[in-house]
Amino acid sequence: MLREEMSAIRLDPASVEVREVRTDDEAGRHGFVGSPTIRISGRDVQPPDGEPAGLTCRVYRLRDGRVSPLPDRAELRETLANAIQGGGE
Amino acid sequence: MAEATATNVGDPAPGLELPDTEGRVHTLPMPGEASATVVIWTCNHCPYALAWHERLVQVARDYAARGVQFMAVNSNDAERYPRDSLGAMRERVDSEDWPFPYLHDESQQVARDWAAQVTPHVYVLDGDLRVRYEGAPDADHMDPGQNAAWLRAALDDLLSGRQPKRAETEPVGCSIKWK
Repeated sequence: MLREEMSAIRLDPASVEVREVRTDDEAGRHGFVGSPTIRISGRDVQPPDGEPAGLTCRVYRLRDGRVSPLPDRAELRETLANAIQGGGE
Repeated sequence: MAEATATNVGDPAPGLELPDTEGRVHTLPMPGEASATVVIWTCNHCPYALAWHERLVQVARDYAARGVQFMAVNSNDAERYPRDSLGAMRERVDSEDWPFPYLHDESQQVARDWAAQVTPHVYVLDGDLRVRYEGAPDADHMDPGQNAAWLRAALDDLLSGRQPKRAETEPVGCSIKWK
């Protein structure tokens, strides 16, 4: 989904940096609250609301209220667009 | 640690004796006591389990009058996944309207006995406690309109005295979090 949305706005999908978080310590260091976590220019697509760091499955809430293992596609698209306009952090 | 062995369709269901969120111990019904029994592995933190939850609740309500018993089991390691602790399970049951008991498999032995793999993982037993359906509730966790159709079809077949036409599907969800 991320690479599709990047391609749609002419960003290079090969520029995605994939990091595997293997331990609870690593999760704590990176503020990783579950898989998948997607950060664009350092910003979480759906910033966690007090979720503890840990090796777990990420729960996303879509704009229509449904629970999903993946973020809302429109939210992802907007975050990408904002990052381009802002030039990243 | 006992290794999991496959629970195949047609096999007698392994036993089950687990406490619910209030400490009451539940077992499978005696043979002939329920027209069918549905055992669902689930948990609090998995997006797949959460996405399917309301559909499963509705099936339980719809089939209660037809003598179908439901129970949900959480086998996740609560030490590493605190959202699956007994306290968190109790909070959820207290704040939601669950039509079936939420059982705590702290040792994870029941999950191993049943070879449960993911949340949710659905088993349907006939009145003699043989496994007659195993797998996912329906084809798409993201589509509430699916309405747990695979589970409903398996129950409808069993309650009509037939073996489920679709007896096995691939369970889809988060892996059970083993200790």
